[in-house]
Amino acid sequence: MTTHHLDDAAARAAVTEAVRRVVPDAVMPADDVPLRRDLELDSLDFLAFVEHLARITGVPIAEADYPALATMSSCVAFLGARHEP
Amino acid sequence: MGEFTMPSLGPDMEEGTLLEWLVGPGDTVHRGDLVAVVDTAKAAVEVETFEDGVVDRLLVEPGTTVTVGTPLAVLAAPGAAPSPAPVTTAAAPRTTPLVRRLAAELGVDLASVVGTAPAGRITQEDVRHAAAAPAEAAPATLAPATRRRVTPYARRLAAELGVDLEALPARDGEPVRVADVRAAAGPTEAPAPVAAPPAPAPVDPMRATIAAVMSRSKREIPHYYLSTTVDLADALDWMHRRNLDLPLAERLVPAALLLKAAALAAREVPEVNGFWADGRFVPGEGVHLGVAVSLRGGGLVAPALHEADRMPLPDVMHGLRDLVTRARGGRLRGRELTEATLTVTNLGDQGVESVHGVIHPPQVALVGFGRVVRRPWAVGDLLGIRPVVTLTLAADHRATDGFTGGRFLTAVDRILQQPEEL
Repeated sequence: MTTHHLDDAAARAAVTEAVRRVVPDAVMPADDVPLRRDLELDSLDFLAFVEHLARITGVPIAEADYPALATMSSCVAFLGARHEP
Repeated sequence: MGEFTMPSLGPDMEEGTLLEWLVGPGDTVHRGDLVAVVDTAKAAVEVETFEDGVVDRLLVEPGTTVTVGTPLAVLAAPGAAPSPAPVTTAAAPRTTPLVRRLAAELGVDLASVVGTAPAGRITQEDVRHAAAAPAEAAPATLAPATRRRVTPYARRLAAELGVDLEALPARDGEPVRVADVRAAAGPTEAPAPVAAPPAPAPVDPMRATIAAVMSRSKREIPHYYLSTTVDLADALDWMHRRNLDLPLAERLVPAALLLKAAALAAREVPEVNGFWADGRFVPGEGVHLGVAVSLRGGGLVAPALHEADRMPLPDVMHGLRDLVTRARGGRLRGRELTEATLTVTNLGDQGVESVHGVIHPPQVALVGFGRVVRRPWAVGDLLGIRPVVTLTLAADHRATDGFTGGRFLTAVDRILQQPEEL
């Protein structure tokens, strides 16, 4: 499915872009702070965030993966692992 | 000949400001077409016509504030040619009640304020400027002689989206419109952030409206409250199985299931779906669920999801997402603000376990869903861990008794136990 490794910086940038698609003026919280709580994302916001993240990175995201997208750190780890060639 | 008049977009609305025309003389319109954008205290609202016809004349210019019921445009019969009569401009009041209230709060004499909106209308911003710098005749940034012609709503949207109006391409004689601003803002799918008010803003129009409507509710409506706990295990299992096969854009969230269940229950118990008017209950024509949406930056709006009981579940989900996006982006439609027959509030995402709401008059009930939590739960004679939600009803005791409200909650519970029929 994928052809190149998504490094940490690229994953981080993708998460930030996906968040700002939902909350345009979002100030990203610290790496280990839950995104939903900090940015007050409701379930529809979170679904939109996941949609943007999947589109930006090309990584398919199942509903069972949602818990892995809780914080910036966990998102970066998830995207890095799923994006290996 | 028909007339398009300033609509009433809420129980407390007495007047509104026309922000922008979406049609012009000669345009053919059909019932339900969006024809104008009107400013209310809560939002800029796209309003539709209730007649078919051809726009003959526009009677009111953007920026003008008029009372509810004032003719805004003349519609000719379909097929008729527009009359050559020039556009007449209604006498423009200088400001709105909200601005007058703000001026009173800040101790600003409106007679000394220079209005910057079209027709010299005084805006809240003008009042704040005057309060901040009483010695100045007018804010230095204003240069009306050289400023681009911009419709008021386009100007506000530009400020919200950070679009530089001067940088937009000029079109001969045409003012900058909302479409131009949106195009310049780029293809963002996200709603514009609600602009934060300046630090010492004493009166927020949204707060003032909520204060007025909720005070009226608590003054007039004898509320009673019921609550029950609903086992969501079957509903959520069904939803997760269904989501496995679906692309992201079509996946469901629990809120969609809860909304649909509330809509079906309202059809079953129509006594909670409708209005209290002239001393009696008037049933709603259809189940139009008001969906309480919290806005970023504060405030609340509850636009209607029309015919929610008749929508297939995927349409409820799509409608919910669309409504929330537009509510937060300030692009709701008039019908959505006036036709809700029963409001549903879901505070579960905020971590709240139960919500006992305040009814939005003239409706007669409000349904509340809390957070889905895992709890010990008796299943037969065994104890299990199940996802459950606290479901509440605030209802108007003039219209129903607790027995009827109880039937409604029982119906929601029963419907959620058969998710495949949602």
